[in-house]
Amino acid sequence: MTPRIEVAGLTHEFRSRGRTPTVALSGVDLAVGAGEFLVVVGPSGCGKTTLLDVVAGLTTPTRGEVRIDGEPVRGPGLDRGIVFQQYALFPWRTAQQNVELSLEEAGGHSRRERARLAREQLDRVGLVGFEDRYPHQLSGGMKQRVAIARSLVHGPRILLMDEPFAALDAQTREGLQAELRRLWRESGTTVVFITHGIDEAVYLGQRVAVMSPRPGRISDVVDVDLPDHVWAAGVDTRSAPEFAAHRRHIWTLLHGGTAGEVAA
Amino acid sequence: MSAGLETRPAATVETSAKQEQERRRALDSGRVLLPVAGVALLVAAWELLPRSGLVDSTFLPPFSVVLQTWWELATDGTLWPNVEVSLARSLGGFAVAVAVGIPLGLLIASYRWLARLLDPVVELFRNTAALALLPVFILILGIGETSKVSIIIYSCLWPVLLNTISGVRDVDPLFIRSARSLAMGRVTQFRKVILPAAVPAIFTGIRLAGATSILVLIAAEMVGATAGLGYFVNNAQFNFQIPQMYAGILTISVIGLLFNVALVALERHFSRWKR
Repeated sequence: MTPRIEVAGLTHEFRSRGRTPTVALSGVDLAVGAGEFLVVVGPSGCGKTTLLDVVAGLTTPTRGEVRIDGEPVRGPGLDRGIVFQQYALFPWRTAQQNVELSLEEAGGHSRRERARLAREQLDRVGLVGFEDRYPHQLSGGMKQRVAIARSLVHGPRILLMDEPFAALDAQTREGLQAELRRLWRESGTTVVFITHGIDEAVYLGQRVAVMSPRPGRISDVVDVDLPDHVWAAGVDTRSAPEFAAHRRHIWTLLHGGTAGEVAA
Repeated sequence: MSAGLETRPAATVETSAKQEQERRRALDSGRVLLPVAGVALLVAAWELLPRSGLVDSTFLPPFSVVLQTWWELATDGTLWPNVEVSLARSLGGFAVAVAVGIPLGLLIASYRWLARLLDPVVELFRNTAALALLPVFILILGIGETSKVSIIIYSCLWPVLLNTISGVRDVDPLFIRSARSLAMGRVTQFRKVILPAAVPAIFTGIRLAGATSILVLIAAEMVGATAGLGYFVNNAQFNFQIPQMYAGILTISVIGLLFNVALVALERHFSRWKR
């Protein structure tokens, strides 16, 4: 079966005049299955944002290719929704109008349908009653909810998220992580989530790809299989021993260790 | 847990709105009273200084005398033809400048090579005081209506043009990324992202042009004109009709003020989504 996203031999160099080119990505291979939640974790400057930009079609790689359901990526497309760290909402549009924008670009909906779908999506991210607020009237967490609604409303096959919760306070972040898990389960969308937070990676990812810098490459891919009881209501998932074990494992990988050392 | 998160932001927004309202009410008295007191102080000084003999009342007649003269001029039909002529010139020139400046600015900002070509020229012209060019305009276009309206168009064009260009250029690159991620084409990007993002800057340019149009109008009318408020003030001074001169100046101030208030309101309306 063809994976939903296939990254093959991806290398990207940034060239600026009079300098040796910076290698942001070097020979990255990756496959993401349909409906999977993949987290890419790595220190800043490891090329994880570049990887996401290439998958999004915003950056054309120096070498290599990204295929979506077997089709090579030639540019941005509405089959992929993107959530940026700095919200990237249009301040002259209300929350609802921001969400409607995706539907306007996707086409095929009447004005009335766009309004209805946008409202429903805002409802799904818990923003009932805030449809007519402008972004500057919303808190950071609420803005990011609007951004998530905007990137999901037109039903993309893939959701790309570039450190979407990094600018939020810890409490808001944990709340949004829980909601994102729920949204992912309900929508069945394939998610690629970039972060530098190990906790976030273990909490959200079914698989975690660990990146190392200079040159940026994927050094390990870890399966996260937390038992059902850590997700039970009233359980602090993040303090479960299984959670801690995964966190330690990924921490070691990020700091140059190997999986074998941890197991021993 | 998620339910708690959903209600908390709503509560914060409401509290801050209430606090804002209270703070505004507390400020309101100072916000209205102090400016009124400022104007009253100015009028009182204008009235009392000449009356007390501290200032020669021949050169500065008391405010009440000026106001009375203004009323006479307004009722006997001397003032309005001049107001009409002046308004036609400044509003006409202003309108043409806006109609030309915005599309031209959008065009220059959209094409890098065009910007590179025109940048030095624009820099040179905008740093040349418009009034320094008035003799040139008169030389080429004569002393009539054309040269006056032309110098107004010319001087109003720069604020509109420059603010439009910078408005388009300073669009947050994140907006462009966001637009591209929604697979927008160049034209859609321009219509739905760049243009709305530039609107506040464009309106700042329009407001500045409004102030410029009155300023340059009066100067142009003082150099060889047979009607208009600038002519009226200059003429009154030549004929030593001092209260009439001040009445004319007062009219110019009020017109300038009203024009500015209208443009500021317009600017606010179009930037209401900003903080």
